Amino acid sequence: MSTSKAKAAGGVERPLSPHLQIYAPSWTMVMSIVHRITGAALYFGTLLLAWWLIAAAAGPNAFATAQWVFGSWIGRLVLFGYTWALVHHLIGGIRFLIWDFGRCFDEKPRFMLSKLNIVLSVPLTILLWIVAYAVK
Amino acid sequence: MRTPLSQVRGRGSAKFGTEDYWLQRLTAAVLVPLSIVLIIFLVRNGAASHADVRAALANPICAILLAAAIIAGVLHMRVGMQVIIEDYVHAQPWSVLAIVLNWFFAALIALGSIWAVAKLSFGM
Repeated sequence: MSTSKAKAAGGVERPLSPHLQIYAPSWTMVMSIVHRITGAALYFGTLLLAWWLIAAAAGPNAFATAQWVFGSWIGRLVLFGYTWALVHHLIGGIRFLIWDFGRCFDEKPRFMLSKLNIVLSVPLTILLWIVAYAVK
Repeated sequence: MRTPLSQVRGRGSAKFGTEDYWLQRLTAAVLVPLSIVLIIFLVRNGAASHADVRAALANPICAILLAAAIIAGVLHMRVGMQVIIEDYVHAQPWSVLAIVLNWFFAALIALGSIWAVAKLSFGM
């Protein structure tokens, strides 16, 4: 909602609670949004894992097709993005589990944990791909 | 009417609500090690041949861990997507429809993936 007032049923303008664009972005807020976006991406990305597994179970021909798609440059790009989403969501999830135990809620550790999420997820993803190419 | 017992149980008129919250956290905790296992499996088998993947899944530990990751992942994502739907889709019947489709999607992913892992693991 871009306006702070909404028309109620009786035509009376009622104030709305402020939404996202009212606030200045902060690390905790941005990382919370990214956590949700990566979660949704992983949700649809499970189709790729399911396809890969089902293709392998279906036989060598279906598996070769899947491997060809995933091995193409666009397939690799999608898988790279998927790897980052998984790593980022994994680290973000650990952060939320720490918060669930009531720890690290003070200003400094709160922002430190949120920054750490992206600071760790990007190099870890690159490292994973270097390892993946090395073992191949 | 709020009886003392219902207040202790923390349940409103819906009679449930904390189950999904708990399931989300439980599967999240389990998925910390399991998704690392999944990543290792995919890094090792991402570019593997068909025979290699079959051989990897013939190992029962590997197949069971992969199936566990799939089950925990599907349960986790089902709750997660339902939270997103409940946050953004308020109009009926779309909200209920989206939640039902979410269940179907999660079930299909789980059934398809586990069937595949089982078939590969049993060497059929």
